[in-house]
Amino acid sequence: MTAVRVALVGGLLSFRGLFSWLHPAIFVPTMVVPPLFQVLFFAYLGRAAELESDSFYVVGNSIQLAALPGLFAVSQAINGERKSQTLAPLLASPASRVALFLGRSLPVMAIGLGVSFASFGFGSAVLGVEVDAGVLPPLLATMTVTAFSCTALGIAHAAVGLRVREMAVFSNLVFAVLLVFCGVNVPLDDLPGWMGTVAQGLPVTHTVEAGRELLAGASLADVGGLLVTELAIGAAYLVLGLALLRYYERVARRRATLDLV
Amino acid sequence: MTRVVRVVAFGFLIHFKHLTRNPFDVMVTTIWPLVYASLAYFMFRAGSPPESLLIASIGATVMGIWSVTTVGAADAIQRQRWAGVLEVLVAAPTPFWTVLLPITIASSAIGIYSLASTLLWGRFLFGIPLELAQPIWFLVSIPPTIVSIGLLGFVMASVVVRFRAGWAVGNMFEYPVWIVTGLLIPVALLPAWAEPVSWALAPTWGMRALSDAAFSGGSPLFDIGMCVLLSAVYTLVGAVLLGRFLQSARRRATLSLT
Repeated sequence: MTAVRVALVGGLLSFRGLFSWLHPAIFVPTMVVPPLFQVLFFAYLGRAAELESDSFYVVGNSIQLAALPGLFAVSQAINGERKSQTLAPLLASPASRVALFLGRSLPVMAIGLGVSFASFGFGSAVLGVEVDAGVLPPLLATMTVTAFSCTALGIAHAAVGLRVREMAVFSNLVFAVLLVFCGVNVPLDDLPGWMGTVAQGLPVTHTVEAGRELLAGASLADVGGLLVTELAIGAAYLVLGLALLRYYERVARRRATLDLV
Repeated sequence: MTRVVRVVAFGFLIHFKHLTRNPFDVMVTTIWPLVYASLAYFMFRAGSPPESLLIASIGATVMGIWSVTTVGAADAIQRQRWAGVLEVLVAAPTPFWTVLLPITIASSAIGIYSLASTLLWGRFLFGIPLELAQPIWFLVSIPPTIVSIGLLGFVMASVVVRFRAGWAVGNMFEYPVWIVTGLLIPVALLPAWAEPVSWALAPTWGMRALSDAAFSGGSPLFDIGMCVLLSAVYTLVGAVLLGRFLQSARRRATLSLT
């Protein structure tokens, strides 16, 4: 019961305190406007290259955009503790680490889902992509799965942030990898083989494929395998992230570097 | 006049050195354009003529210059604020615009890394031949492109004097300017209203100058002239706006509020 309270109440409070982009003056220019224009940019680029239809880019980019809060917000919500000098007391507490860090991740997933869905709606409306209303619930489920897997990747990447100080650079790099490798804007078949292989182990790849199949008329059951694969990938990154957090906590305690900023 | 030139020249030199030691700025200028260049190569490689790959290289280069300028320039005043020197700089007898202007030009100037990294990336990873039709004109086109984009950043920095999260505002303008200035996407594909907007933005003319020089299609002289003209307009507009916003910030005693 305590762990649940730590996760839900503590997580929400910490997230609100540590995710400094929540203020509308920052949230809108980072989490609302750029995602919308990312969709438009790649859709128009696709038109210029005469490669795929608008719906290909709208679905691909809107699903990949779940990674935006997944990477940047989780990183801030965990590494912000160090900047505000509260990491040491937090880790000295007997609270469950899983509850602590998962609690901080739940609001991120909600934001990731919101960013994805808003980008999809905006892109479809502006570019005139026809979407059957029946597609929306399974698409929402697909985006939820993506938000989970990207947030799990975010936890693994935030754990590295306990050692690496330039997290903005690192977050941008990981975001770029997802953008290039996961078939978001270029079909996997048109990428070099090794990139396609790497993509199979990354979040986003399978849900982008699922999203496109849904828009092409597939049912949720048809794409169930892809969603399960994405969930498994997310779970693997979650385990990796929690293990890394534990490892870096031990190292930082041994070297007395926990609060170094 | 000599003093103004000296302040701008030394300011540029100091801030250029300072920014080249910032891993975030160097990463944004060298690696970030490679992401978009790679995506454009993959997308255009499927069915477009080979020269479109070189255009994609140049477009990604200018995108990189704009990226680092838009965030760097918009955050320039906030950085002075955090360093605790903003009030001193504003109170100094030297006009504040001569202090801010070299910072924004230095931000765009580190885009030179983007130029080198993107062209080399295309050459060695994607085999795009670096055969410039007018290499001298290409080199001549680089400084006015960089300076005019930096001065567009100066206008942006002037507007966000009172905005504490200036970098976020800069971040917001990254994609829209990429789209509307035809760096990778031909303006003809955009809605009709986009073209007149693109004429007022320096990256449009910088891109045209560089691509005219890269191919034998025409002289980049007009495009360079437009970069120079826009630079003058941006400087004037930026200096006037900066004066107004600073006055407002001083009146409300909000200049140093972080």
